[in-house]
Amino acid sequence: MNHHRHAAQPYVRPMQGWWRRDPFFVRYMGREATALAVLAYAVILAVGLVRLAQGEAAWNGWVAALRSPWAILLHLVLLASMVIHAHSWFEIMPKTMPMLYLRGERIGAPAIRRTGWIATVIVTLAVIALAARWPR
Amino acid sequence: MKRSNAPVFWLLFGAGGMLSALLGTALVFLTGLAAPLGWPVGNGVASYSRMLAFSQNWLGKGLLFVVVSLFAWHAVHRIFHSLHDVGIPTGTGAKLLCYGTAMALTLVAAGSLLATGF
Repeated sequence: MNHHRHAAQPYVRPMQGWWRRDPFFVRYMGREATALAVLAYAVILAVGLVRLAQGEAAWNGWVAALRSPWAILLHLVLLASMVIHAHSWFEIMPKTMPMLYLRGERIGAPAIRRTGWIATVIVTLAVIALAARWPR
Repeated sequence: MKRSNAPVFWLLFGAGGMLSALLGTALVFLTGLAAPLGWPVGNGVASYSRMLAFSQNWLGKGLLFVVVSLFAWHAVHRIFHSLHDVGIPTGTGAKLLCYGTAMALTLVAAGSLLATGF
């Protein structure tokens, strides 16, 4: 009687691909995965600093490597990941930070999210404008 | 009771997360797309003389160090805490590998930035 032996075995819920079962988990894994992009970018920048310290030829080699189609493609992925990271970071910030009060009223989650987003947009535009207009 | 070292890692995670949320998009766009393609900031935005001067300025030097190291500490902390979610056991080895990576990147950044001079 085969089904008796089957019944005696404990049921182990398969965990393979658990996060694909629910859109909430997919969003969670998506925002955790942005850490891979942040790490990759830190490595790229660290290599750039090493090449900068090694002199002009090394630095120009690093910049030339960034011009390859694969590097451009990678940075497009990194750019999208950074936007997702910024968005999700401010999305969960109301839950991770201490409660804030203004004139006796608690500052709501939408206001915190909006402030974070606006700050990111301003900083992004300011950094790009600064880099473009800085005397060279 | 032994004091936990966890708050230090969470602090670095939070600081790096905030910095990369605010600056990450602009920096990836600048160094990875605008500078190599020469658009829309023009050619020479990442010329050697310019970047060397930036890295020799105390503010530029500090910014470069903080960006590389905090981005790294943020990322490895998050990756370490996600290992369990993808079925990888989180033992001492995984911990050393994760935080060791951030420490190595911090030391590489510090060493290079000291080497570019002041």
